[in-house]
Amino acid sequence: MEETIREVLGAHARLPVDISSIAINDDLFQAGMTSHASVNVMLGLEEAFDVEFPEAMLTKSTFESIGAISEALMELTVAEVIR
Amino acid sequence: VRVGVDLASIAAVRASIERFGDRYTHRCFTDREVEACSGSPEVRAASLAARFAAKEATVKALRAGPYGFDWRSVEILRQPDGGCAIALHGSLAELAARDGVGELSVSLTHEGAVAAAVVVALCEPTGHEMFDVAASARRDTAKES
Repeated sequence: MEETIREVLGAHARLPVDISSIAINDDLFQAGMTSHASVNVMLGLEEAFDVEFPEAMLTKSTFESIGAISEALMELTVAEVIR
Repeated sequence: VRVGVDLASIAAVRASIERFGDRYTHRCFTDREVEACSGSPEVRAASLAARFAAKEATVKALRAGPYGFDWRSVEILRQPDGGCAIALHGSLAELAARDGVGELSVSLTHEGAVAAAVVVALCEPTGHEMFDVAASARRDTAKES
């Protein structure tokens, strides 16, 4: 999962640094990701993992780090399985 | 009074439209906003970028960053006089009502590679805010003396 998240971030986060230099809990917004870029990251994640982020999850904290994104995706994936 | 300001890259918005198409526009903008931003790809991207900046500026003015919200819950509407107005929906409308935001005013612009927006929110005065201002002034006076 982390590798795919990094691929999505590399394609859409528009970070001024290489994604490989970002640790799992580094703050992506502090690293240079804008709110607009986070929308693209969200759309890229939805494509890559075949999920849809509900409104309640559309917060900065959901997308603030690779770790936070992983947790959100696991939550969404579990919700899909239960449904 | 609260103020929010934001910049948006026109090229970034155009790239998002080209990459994600309607999925992007429908997640960020209402049907009325999309209809209002017709024209060549350059004009469309500039108009949508200005609206995205206005949405972010509104979120800043409302201090709504920590909360979950749909980008379409801030809607930028063209007015007959050529200006724009802001309509809030859903959770952001509830937050604005809770915080006593009575009126929002927005100004949009774009030039070259960037679009920008400023939003001013007029809020009902509260005793708490006045107390904070007075306390802050006292602290400043104490530091100076």
